[in-house]
Amino acid sequence: MVQARLRVQKQGNGHCTNVPRNVNLEKLQSNYLFPEISKREFQHLDKYPNAKVISLGIGDTTEPIPEQITLSMANYACALSTSDGYRGYGAEQGNQALRKAIAETFYKDVLIKDTEVFVSDGSQCDISRLQLLLGSKVTIAVQDPSFPAYIDSSVIIGQAGDFQDKTGKYQNIEYMQCGAENNFFPNLATTPRTDIIFFCSPNNPTGHAATREQLQKLVEFARDNGSIIIFDTAYSAYITDDSPKSIFEIPGAKEVAIEISSFSKFAGFTGVRLGWTVVPEELLFSSGFPVINDFNRIVCTCFNGASNIAQAGGLECLSSEGFQAIRSVIDYYKENAKILVDTFSSLGLKVYGGVNAPYVWVHFPGSKSWNVFAEILEKTHIITVPGSGFGPGGAEYIRISAFGQRERIIEASRRLQKLFSQEKQPLLNSV
Amino acid sequence: MSLMSNLSTSMISSSSSAFLAPISFNSSRTQSVSVPVKSIKIIKCVATPQEQQTAYKTKVSRNANIAKLQAGYLFPEIARRRAAHLLKYPNAQVISLGIGDTTEPIPEVITSAMAKRSHALSTLEGYSGYGAEQGEKALRAALASAFYGNLGIEEDDIFVSDGAKCDISRLQVVFGSDVTMAVQDPSYPAYVDSSVIMGQTGQFQKDVEKYANIEYMRCTPENGFFPDLSSVARTDIIFFCSPNNPTGAAATREQLTQLVKFAKDNGSIIVYDSAYAMYMSDDNPRSIFEIPGAKEVAIETASFSKYAGFTGVRLGWTVVPKQLLFSDGFPVARDFNRIVCTCFNGASNISQAGGLACLSPEGLEAMQEVIGFYKENTKIIVETFNSLGFKVYGGQNAPYVWVHFPGRSSWDVFSEILEKTHIVTTPGSGFGPGGEGFIRVSAFGHRENVLEACRRFKQLYN
Repeated sequence: MVQARLRVQKQGNGHCTNVPRNVNLEKLQSNYLFPEISKREFQHLDKYPNAKVISLGIGDTTEPIPEQITLSMANYACALSTSDGYRGYGAEQGNQALRKAIAETFYKDVLIKDTEVFVSDGSQCDISRLQLLLGSKVTIAVQDPSFPAYIDSSVIIGQAGDFQDKTGKYQNIEYMQCGAENNFFPNLATTPRTDIIFFCSPNNPTGHAATREQLQKLVEFARDNGSIIIFDTAYSAYITDDSPKSIFEIPGAKEVAIEISSFSKFAGFTGVRLGWTVVPEELLFSSGFPVINDFNRIVCTCFNGASNIAQAGGLECLSSEGFQAIRSVIDYYKENAKILVDTFSSLGLKVYGGVNAPYVWVHFPGSKSWNVFAEILEKTHIITVPGSGFGPGGAEYIRISAFGQRERIIEASRRLQKLFSQEKQPLLNSV
Repeated sequence: MSLMSNLSTSMISSSSSAFLAPISFNSSRTQSVSVPVKSIKIIKCVATPQEQQTAYKTKVSRNANIAKLQAGYLFPEIARRRAAHLLKYPNAQVISLGIGDTTEPIPEVITSAMAKRSHALSTLEGYSGYGAEQGEKALRAALASAFYGNLGIEEDDIFVSDGAKCDISRLQVVFGSDVTMAVQDPSYPAYVDSSVIMGQTGQFQKDVEKYANIEYMRCTPENGFFPDLSSVARTDIIFFCSPNNPTGAAATREQLTQLVKFAKDNGSIIVYDSAYAMYMSDDNPRSIFEIPGAKEVAIETASFSKYAGFTGVRLGWTVVPKQLLFSDGFPVARDFNRIVCTCFNGASNISQAGGLACLSPEGLEAMQEVIGFYKENTKIIVETFNSLGFKVYGGQNAPYVWVHFPGRSSWDVFSEILEKTHIVTTPGSGFGPGGEGFIRVSAFGHRENVLEACRRFKQLYN
């Protein structure tokens, strides 16, 4: 390895600095998953410039934001041109009214205070700020499969060991298998202790919403082990049944959990950028030092608050009218998910998710997900996400996202039905 | 000051009165901090209230790097002091020349573009979801053209962000904990604090007020606020801000040429903070890339905050040239891109629409006007302190005035000014030991407030 690097240095005509590359970044195996999916989409479009590609890959919202919300943002922006309405730096933790509204809308019954809510520019950023908070010496567990940012940020910050091609896993990270066989909830009895447990429910990519009983087990497990759960509830608005929407619905969770959430899939704010993290005052490090104090320090030093315009929009989202309008959009995506679930079910495939989350998780037993992805793309011009992008536990699965305009979802369903019924599931053979 | 900004910060962290005390969120609960035994010789005994002893604790160790930080971040501390002062004197007309927060409305050409983009998000044609993490193409192109036109910096060398402060931390994440860094002394606190958080430093050494393992490059009136590079040890990374916050000093072409040579000779990377470049009056370089060879040794970070009043809107950018390589030949931009894609998800699309409008001919002109307004404020403040016989620095190329109070503790001067004139400034030692004996007066403010502040300064110091 060293030889190869020296060669690079000598071949180049340019100057190389003497700054060593961060070894943690060297450990990363490939590009972040979603830019890779984008890349494949572009390559496909190059190959088939006239193809009507349908993107059910990256979970990107497609429906316009309800008018009253964008109007509030437009008004806020215009007010910035007036002396009364101009605002400079906001509190790094977020606008107070918004923090209060988040606490009241989502955490009223579980008594989370506005001072425990930190507004951000989204969960992907919060995850990394939490990693900065925790540092390189903690151990983490993730569900397998899981949203790639937990693992990637862990590798980047130096918590992980090397990637092992054989297992498809990074050393020093505990992968908690979640599959159909265990009802998408890990067997905690055989899970070793780690400092941190990332848990996403409703889950990206499997769509499974953990039951109250499962989350009680998780909180108990964390408590017994002195671990901290980082609970990602970005999709809680998609829950149909009475699965818990917040980890704090579980008694005792305030002493063992941090919760992250987002306006992205809730309000179509994927580009606007707004989210939040809840750090309860009761959550303490082993020394008794409150985690919230250190998180606040990170937020004040490594961040400067979410955009005030986005926050104005967020506040409007949480008004009763705004909330109603958003619900309609969510219902629209949920109907999309239902159509996709029905499509795959009717083809005799094992389908999961799609009920409490905007993701459908389809099983192709014995297959390699990148091959299935490629074949679906080649034959139907539909972008999906191969399950192994989310961890080895996703190896035989494909994630289909339910964001999209209704006609495209219906068209995608048509194409998929044609592909799978005509060819009688040939993808099973593409090992 | 806006209701939403500093008051709410102060309400969150209520009782902290001593600068060096850790932030307390709940005034009714004191913190017990137990120091790990193996790292110290003296064991600190801290009284623990009964409730704390029986409160459940996780078994997760606190990040030792964060524990190294001496106090809260500087500017929230200034905000706390201001709020405490208002509690003491509820009728005082406090004037804030402390935190460098912009005060003048954003020109309409810019806000109307943001309003337009907001409205468009409610339409089918205008709705956009996730944007490119590196920023919208049109904005990247406009930045390249507006600021780096003839410097050979291309659109794809530019990464749009939600501000320089966030970029600094993302750069630290790219570099990791195994690099050494140098900062100017005094300097913007985020460089040092992010370095500590990242694990690049040793402990804080109270006797010298420096963190071990950071190279502090003293910048004083004696050396024209440019470090004597011949006495600076090699570090991997060199943070350099020009025009400088807090001293206002702008490095000359000759000085920057020296700096680039120093970096080249040492194989170091300069992180050049150009947030105040548009305040430059003199004929000094505005971008490090004006210096030949800089593309192979420097990253540049910049911000719309102080140009367009975007302190709350949140928009900035970082330039990582393709030619900048790690020691193994790996391009730094590729790792920065990976961080941007994994630890970030792009600046707000509405803010970016505003940024694009800023860079239109009308927008650029409008920004120049606002900058001109703050520069006039700066002039007034400089003249005031000059007339009072103070040694005054800065103010010519930056919206900060750096006033010397020889032999005095800057926190004492800060407190005295606050107590006697109800003016908030920033004590120089908040920026490093090299700032001791100085006060930073920021020139952001409504004209009447700046004039009134100067009247009060004259009264106090005459």
